[in-house]
Amino acid sequence: METLHSVQGDNQKTLAARHPALTTVQGASYHRGSLLHIRGLMAAPAEPLSRTCLYQAHRELGAKMVPFAGWEMPIQYTSILTEARAVRSSAGIFDVSHMGRLRFQGQGATAWLDRLLTQDVAGLASGRARYGFILDQAGGILDDVIVYRLGEDDLLLVCNAANRPAVLDWLARWTHLAPTVRSWDITQDTAMIAYQGPKVLGRVDAVAQVSGLRPFAVADTVVKAGGASGQGWVSRTGYTGEDGVEFVVPASLGPTLWRTLMDQGAAPCGLGARDVLRLEAALPLHGHDIDRTTTPLEAGLMRFVAMGKADFLGKEALEKQQASGLRRKLAGFQLLARGIPRPGCRLLAEGREVGAVTSGGYSPTLDRDIGMGYVAAELAVAGAHIAVDIRGRAVPTEIVPLPFYSRRRG
Amino acid sequence: MATEARTPYYPDELRYTKEHEWVRAQGDGTALVGITFFAQDQLGDVVYLNLPAPGSSLAQTGKLGEVESVKAVSDIFAPVSGQVMEVNQEVVAHPELVNQDPYGKGWLLRVRLSDPKELAKLMAAKQYQAMLAAEGH
Repeated sequence: METLHSVQGDNQKTLAARHPALTTVQGASYHRGSLLHIRGLMAAPAEPLSRTCLYQAHRELGAKMVPFAGWEMPIQYTSILTEARAVRSSAGIFDVSHMGRLRFQGQGATAWLDRLLTQDVAGLASGRARYGFILDQAGGILDDVIVYRLGEDDLLLVCNAANRPAVLDWLARWTHLAPTVRSWDITQDTAMIAYQGPKVLGRVDAVAQVSGLRPFAVADTVVKAGGASGQGWVSRTGYTGEDGVEFVVPASLGPTLWRTLMDQGAAPCGLGARDVLRLEAALPLHGHDIDRTTTPLEAGLMRFVAMGKADFLGKEALEKQQASGLRRKLAGFQLLARGIPRPGCRLLAEGREVGAVTSGGYSPTLDRDIGMGYVAAELAVAGAHIAVDIRGRAVPTEIVPLPFYSRRRG
Repeated sequence: MATEARTPYYPDELRYTKEHEWVRAQGDGTALVGITFFAQDQLGDVVYLNLPAPGSSLAQTGKLGEVESVKAVSDIFAPVSGQVMEVNQEVVAHPELVNQDPYGKGWLLRVRLSDPKELAKLMAAKQYQAMLAAEGH
């Protein structure tokens, strides 16, 4: 039985070790052109793409593969909307092995990450995970991350694939604060599979004994699949707005686990469905809804920032912004006539530009055209009327409360 | 539970453009217009169609409207010149019909042809399939 620990041992790196920069291609953006040109949906990458341990499985399933954040990833297997509906009504699986997985151990590791992340890491119990941000000193969002507390000074950080090199560089700048902390980049040695949908909790025990796992809890447990097994982490987390779990297992177990979950009835789902589902749940996408030019205050995400902590990077900037007030805020909207709001479309009020769309599209669950974008703060109020400029057509639009979809509200 | 047609097919009785539109002559001076299996397959789930109103004039190869899928928006070009007689209201309300039945319920417009000779300039099914093959599909 392969364990994560033995895998990690081979791959120890110091925090100061720089990572080669990966090409980032934003697969979440959309393509515009004539039908003549649609076969070139994504720009050709400048560097060879990484492949996850599930690459072969994706090809065998007939997935459409696209470059995404330096990786060759499935955007869809059957149809984006079919896959999104499977997750809302039953269960779906996503290969999220491209996401960065960094492990930190050693005396002071928890206190160190507590300084670098906005969430309360020191106050996080072992076996729990928490969502938050890595901010720069100006309060700009370098990345949004989930930190898992595995033990006293043992933590796992999951970051966006596109930001992994930047996160590694950033953390390396602060190693002087933590001379005894060791780090491992376990991204390539592990598989990460998100298993999402209302039927997941009733089925997951067949592969991992995690009954009673609470939201944002993580279990260090044996994962059994197709006669093989391995030590892994199972957390009740996700990026779909649906209930479910995420597995981190040795890469060698990934394909078997994928097949086993499919045999349980899970629909393979690609990045396209993932983007639809996270938008419905109003979960921000870094590089679109949040980035280094935006702060958690402007994005309305202060519930993931522990302002009560003694200190963390970016805290001072947020306090200043809090005192001076916000000029713009991230708001959700729905169109009052048909149209697809794409990232970059201008938002208008009384004919004047008041912001831009950061994410948008058709919601199959709500059967509505929805989106998010930054608007002048006084307009970021539910019920306010604006318009989206869709290639010269001003489509009437209403600001609505977020999230668009919540499984509790239905 | 696939919501789209999965096997490529290109009916012999249609004419095709290199921009992946099709035309079906109705024998009464009008023709139906749509987008091909290849086009809908490349676009993925179609979620919105922006089509001209009845009465609009079309000029062959001019922009006719737009088709939007979850991931892409593409211009549609007029395969023939003429006047828009009818917009398929069913496909406007249910754009997924373009994926499910691109040559049947997924038709977009009925056009009165102003120059029926234009049809001869378009590709036959075999030529269109040869073009796709030459492009590596």
